[in-house]
Amino acid sequence: MSMNSTGRPTAPVSVSTAAIETVSGSRGLLQHEDLLFEIGTPETTGVDLPKPKGLKNRLGGVARKVDTGLAGLSEPQAVRHYMRLSQKNYAIDLGLFPLGSCTMKHNPRLNEKMARLPGFADIHPLQPQATVQGALQLIDELATWLKTLTNMPSVAMSPKAGAHGELCGMLAIRQALIARGESETRKRVLVPESAHGTNPATAVQCGFIVDEIKANKRGRVDMADLKAKLEKSDDVAGIMLTNPNTCGLFETDIREIADLIHKAGGYFYCDGANFNAIVGRVRPGDLGVDAMHINLHKTFSTPHGGGGPGSGPTVFSEALAPYAPVPFVTKDEDGIYRLVEHVDGEASESFGRMVAFHGQMGMFVRALAYMLSHGADGLKQAAEDAVLNANYIQARLKHVMSPAFDGYCMHEALFSDAFTADGIETIDIAKALIDEGYHPMTMYFPLVVHGAMLIEPTETESKAELDRFCDALESIARRAAQGDDTLKGAPYLAPAKRLDETRAARKPVLKWAAPDASKVAAE
Amino acid sequence: MRYLPLTPEDRASMLATIGAKSVDEFYTDVPDAARLKGKMGGLPDHQGELAVERHLTKLAAKNRSASSGPFFVGAGAYKHHVPASVDMIIQRSEFLTTYTPYQPEIAQGTLQTLFEFQTQVAALTAMDVANASMYDGSTACAEAAVMAARVTRRKKVILSGGLHPHYAAATRLLCEAQGLTVVQLPVAIDGEGDLSKAVDGETACVIGQSPNVFGTVTDLSGVASAAHEKGALLVSVFTEAVSLGMVTPPGEMGADIAAGEGQSIGNGLNFGGPYVGLFACREKLVRQMPGRLCGETVDADGNRGFVLTLSTREQHIRRDKATSNICTNSGLCALAFTSHMTLLGGKGLKQLAELNHEAAIELADALGAVKGVEVLTPRFFNEFAIRTPMDAEAVLAMLDEAGIVGGVRASRLFPGDHLGDVILVAATECTTADDIAAYADALREII
Repeated sequence: MSMNSTGRPTAPVSVSTAAIETVSGSRGLLQHEDLLFEIGTPETTGVDLPKPKGLKNRLGGVARKVDTGLAGLSEPQAVRHYMRLSQKNYAIDLGLFPLGSCTMKHNPRLNEKMARLPGFADIHPLQPQATVQGALQLIDELATWLKTLTNMPSVAMSPKAGAHGELCGMLAIRQALIARGESETRKRVLVPESAHGTNPATAVQCGFIVDEIKANKRGRVDMADLKAKLEKSDDVAGIMLTNPNTCGLFETDIREIADLIHKAGGYFYCDGANFNAIVGRVRPGDLGVDAMHINLHKTFSTPHGGGGPGSGPTVFSEALAPYAPVPFVTKDEDGIYRLVEHVDGEASESFGRMVAFHGQMGMFVRALAYMLSHGADGLKQAAEDAVLNANYIQARLKHVMSPAFDGYCMHEALFSDAFTADGIETIDIAKALIDEGYHPMTMYFPLVVHGAMLIEPTETESKAELDRFCDALESIARRAAQGDDTLKGAPYLAPAKRLDETRAARKPVLKWAAPDASKVAAE
Repeated sequence: MRYLPLTPEDRASMLATIGAKSVDEFYTDVPDAARLKGKMGGLPDHQGELAVERHLTKLAAKNRSASSGPFFVGAGAYKHHVPASVDMIIQRSEFLTTYTPYQPEIAQGTLQTLFEFQTQVAALTAMDVANASMYDGSTACAEAAVMAARVTRRKKVILSGGLHPHYAAATRLLCEAQGLTVVQLPVAIDGEGDLSKAVDGETACVIGQSPNVFGTVTDLSGVASAAHEKGALLVSVFTEAVSLGMVTPPGEMGADIAAGEGQSIGNGLNFGGPYVGLFACREKLVRQMPGRLCGETVDADGNRGFVLTLSTREQHIRRDKATSNICTNSGLCALAFTSHMTLLGGKGLKQLAELNHEAAIELADALGAVKGVEVLTPRFFNEFAIRTPMDAEAVLAMLDEAGIVGGVRASRLFPGDHLGDVILVAATECTTADDIAAYADALREII
């Protein structure tokens, strides 16, 4: 045995490490962490507040009867609680996050720093407009970028996320139909069966009826089906179409689709979730689009935050621009920025207000910082690199996996489960990727491809990182083709094993409850 | 370009692997007429960090931050102190740069914090269950209205005259798009009780707010009884989450759905967003809820774990039959909320609420003592309305000259409602005795 001069062993000794149990439940750096309610008490606090003076309250008796009883933690306990939990999360900062349709790209830290400037983070949405001219200018500058990149004349900045942007677009279409006196007759919205679930859900939220269009063998809109659905056209409100679509493909016939919809008297809503593939190369305004939301949290890299906040500014054509929501920013001749907040005057045709205040300012700052950093040249390069990376993955894996469609893809590569042996499912491949240190791809979406695996690498991955990922996935794919049963148990090396979702849904436990005191005593 | 790792050599070698001559080949599906030739007009090329920082710092400097002097603006967003550790926690890469927890084995961090968030929101609102967040209070309110219509299969929604007008607008828009009828009661400082008289057998829900937009706190128990008697639901709304530390919460008043804004806990003003919508309801309504829900389960080894659950309500599974179209919500703002709430604890929140209330009492007494100023709100938590003998816009402009942001003119929120002399004023734990004295002194000068 090697030892140093104090007698401490300095080289490892080989012993069996199978099934090591720990008393604490921790596994080395991966610490066990209970719920905060099991750690803290309602009396514990991590803030030092002054003592209230004890003034007689002015609530007129409208006072809380039962205290919340919520546990608190001191600051060191709280920090440790969240740090320990953070260790159980995968993140783009840890590695490739190829979740198709979600655009998990690097989030520049400059953007975080800028959004925290007190001049942006510590201003109130209702303070006098003269005191927020810089904020209004920022919104106006971002709006100009978005209008220029899309070649659309108008943009609504207030939508809070992608689906909220869809709502914005469809409400504008509804308002345009009201103005035409056709809102009661034009109720049908065409939605491809490959669409994001938000599209049909949004259409129904706006009172429309969804009519599904089929996909063709090339993964695009089946034009024969579309034309058949437009034969009767006086009830058509419009179409909701994602482009590039959810199969990661550009809709080849998009201009003809736009013409057909317009000829039928409807409007063209484009789901802009995949705009990141074409920025700087194609402008939706040149495709006949009437409305399109832009996910600032995808294309323009504001962080996803574990499920938001997002931001979904929505651009409009001339035909729909008058119906856009309030509020919006205008610039007067004297250079003063002004918020138009009410349906009145210059906004008299607006469909109204979707949300309190003016939109996701914190996301606007980050997105503008991103755009200024990239510039027109960098944004185009980013789109091209995203498409190049996806095609590289497709090229490297097409021999071992089953590409869903022939030909090049755009920013994401789509595979079916045709290559897997009987008994091995898409989910097994996804979970095996976790053991290799990657977040899985989007699985079972789009619905038009059996056992779909949708891989979106984004432009912020190096070639070396892509190669490592492809090596890992190639090996898993070979095991899946050979019917390697051990895949069914993956992941083996994650903070948790596969979770029982059926049990969670059957008898939902949606909050912590204090253990029954009598039961605890009995144990 | 600092964010793009591919080198020209990488690109060439990757194209060779693919078998393409250039990236142009990937774009051949784009119709020729729609291909952008050359550069986009009017947009600058890429810039370094320093140049970007310089530009944005210049824009930020043109804004007056709420911390730079006496500040009394509320009406749906509130200036509170956020502990430093909250911002540190939400900037952890593992929380900041991850996605909605679709793969629970590598998202237990996010999922456990959401489960804790749901537990806290349910306790604060005194409701059975809460979801994992909405965009903000106004959209939570709108979703509550359409949920009530689904639950009751009725088509009439009644809004109180004290409901924040932005909330009312968002709710009216969504309801009308779905063919519901919206009845807006007349604007009233103390009119939440009027909902009892308005409810009838066709009503899906009545929506009341406490504290309302004028700051009035109201026990909605009577409204709940009146609604339930007619088979309608009570939706109880709040815009100031700190009030839940001492004001009667929705659950104690018999509300069926609680919808509110959580910005006050953990989240900065951010000029209106991002914020975090809080949404809670009775247990039996849970399958009609919008939004994500996190639930407890076990993993293959039998260890406790958490997953997104009841997703058959949601758009990605149910598509056109989903309860809502919401997808991305306010995950990171919910984390800010829950981590601040954890630092406060139940006792800390109560104390924070008391400090807010006392600041408002002292402010109301100081302003009410100014000759010609009338405090209009009969019972309040941390904000109230005042009437001045002059046009509110002029008063606020003069206060601004004295370095004081004195509140929101009511006419900005209610343009046609003859409230030109009314100002909505808020105080929080950030309001000092000096701030209050400065406000009262300046008001005395002006009037």
